[in-house]
Amino acid sequence: MKKLRTRNHTVVLNRSAGGDTGITIMLTLLGIFMFIPMYYTVIQSLKPMDEMFTFPPRFYVQHPTFNNYADLFNLMGDSWVPFSRYIFNTVFISVGGTFGNLVLSSLAAYALAKIDFPGSKFFFQIIQKSLMFTALVTGIVNFISLSILGWIDTYAAVIVPAWCSTLGLYLMKQFMESNVTTEILESSRLDGASEFRTFWSIAMPMVKPAWLTLIIYSFQGLWNSGASAYIYSEELKTLNYAISQITASGIARAGAAAASTVIMMAVPIIVFVVSQSNIIETMGTSGMKD
Amino acid sequence: MSKNTAKQVKTRHEMTKAEWTWFLVKKNKTAYFMIAPFMILFFIFTVIPVALSLVLSLTSFNMLEFPEFVFMDNYITLFLDDDLFITALKNTLIFAIATGPASYIIAFIVAWFINEIPPKARAVVTLIFYAPSISGQAFLIWTVLFSPDAYGYANGLLMDMGLIDSPILWFQTKEYVMPLCIIVSLWMSLGTSFLSFIAGLQGINKSLFEAGAIDGIKNRWQELWYVTLPSMKPQLMFGAILAITGAFNFGGIVSSLAGNPSVDYVAYTLTQHLEEYQGVRWEVGYASAISFILFLMMFGSNILITKLIAKVGQ
Repeated sequence: MKKLRTRNHTVVLNRSAGGDTGITIMLTLLGIFMFIPMYYTVIQSLKPMDEMFTFPPRFYVQHPTFNNYADLFNLMGDSWVPFSRYIFNTVFISVGGTFGNLVLSSLAAYALAKIDFPGSKFFFQIIQKSLMFTALVTGIVNFISLSILGWIDTYAAVIVPAWCSTLGLYLMKQFMESNVTTEILESSRLDGASEFRTFWSIAMPMVKPAWLTLIIYSFQGLWNSGASAYIYSEELKTLNYAISQITASGIARAGAAAASTVIMMAVPIIVFVVSQSNIIETMGTSGMKD
Repeated sequence: MSKNTAKQVKTRHEMTKAEWTWFLVKKNKTAYFMIAPFMILFFIFTVIPVALSLVLSLTSFNMLEFPEFVFMDNYITLFLDDDLFITALKNTLIFAIATGPASYIIAFIVAWFINEIPPKARAVVTLIFYAPSISGQAFLIWTVLFSPDAYGYANGLLMDMGLIDSPILWFQTKEYVMPLCIIVSLWMSLGTSFLSFIAGLQGINKSLFEAGAIDGIKNRWQELWYVTLPSMKPQLMFGAILAITGAFNFGGIVSSLAGNPSVDYVAYTLTQHLEEYQGVRWEVGYASAISFILFLMMFGSNILITKLIAKVGQ
């Protein structure tokens, strides 16, 4: 252990130069693999029509233009259902679904994390287990129950099931467990505050990163949701669906399609950039203990 | 607290277990009110559907007539009479085995690589790796990169270098469809588990590394094995579940990339088979059998893997 030194009482760990180089090379290669398609998506949207189909293909734009974006908006203006309608649908579904998920999940997360009641372990166990399969498995029966409820082809068919999505609840419960101390809740209860009040004015302000993360996850999922199996009417369909129709309409629209992809991906990416530190903080407690 | 116990005539020792539980239930009734809205919806849209799909899978049901009980017939047909199902099952397993472990390991390795770089740079690298998983339709760019004509980047490059004479029909050629779909799905697979690993690595108590160095850990690989991995077990568990579930959920992107059905059904998955019977043919009983098999595969491998991870380091 001759290389072991201490500096300001901190042990300096052994890091071989070879390892550092190897890791840097690996990381760079993987990074390039991840980045290139994203880069092309943006570049493609800035290419004028004559540059889009060249041989050999170019990895840069010679004459960048925003024409594709302009074309996209013109196409939107021509569509049979006004484009503002698709935007409204997407925003309505995203906001409605996210809001309900936030309210129901935080209430349940608080009870599961901070109140010791008979059955709490059982309820949390089945929520954990539900992360082990996807909505694919429940699709058939949900279609039947939604048609019994008469919700097929309404916003409710997408919004209400989103309220009980479990990933957000799971993350919030784990976060509350480690970040809200029982003592502070006890003192609030001793002061005579009701459980709801303790939840709302003591616990909730302490878990801001978790509800931000929940909002982002729920919003991202709903924002990216395309043609739902439960909605047929053109007037109720989402932006993602409308855009995939443009994308599907062939080479003549390749520019507009590229532009629309960039707009659609910009929203979740910007949201993530703004909230990255909060999300990472929430993920710090995401581990599964048993 | 005091009010509740004052009302109680008996002490805990005098009560039976059931009485004590009932006492706790009454005492905590607010908790039940708090979980009720979520739990009711969760049971309606998740728990009951799983149970009901098992029941429906034992019937022949077309949504119009009352379901008729056929016992194991659907399963027997699936395994003995439905060649497409066998193809789909095989492809789904190949996809799951190829993408699940790989995406899990890549997510961990990248998170581990970037753990020691400065926070600002780390945020940028995190974004580069995470962005594809949240970019919705952006994966369709791969159809441009690998488009079947000379204008596609892959064909253009290969032809320019003189490696091929005519463009390759990437997503229409049997040999290429599966590998390409696997690559695309790996490209977009660094999602929540990746973030969880980053946070987990950040959260490891630094003094553990120092203690390890003093105890004779010589290099970063030993440190990874003896200190880092054991301290990250909860995140590794959570990440594994998301990776496995994601790996079996394969299908949506295949339809967009290679069409449905793909050439000669080479990339036909259970997701697509399920869609066919559930959305096109309305054979609900049969579709339920497919979805229940999918459930068993996802759930079973999750239980198995989490049990294995729990054993690591014990």
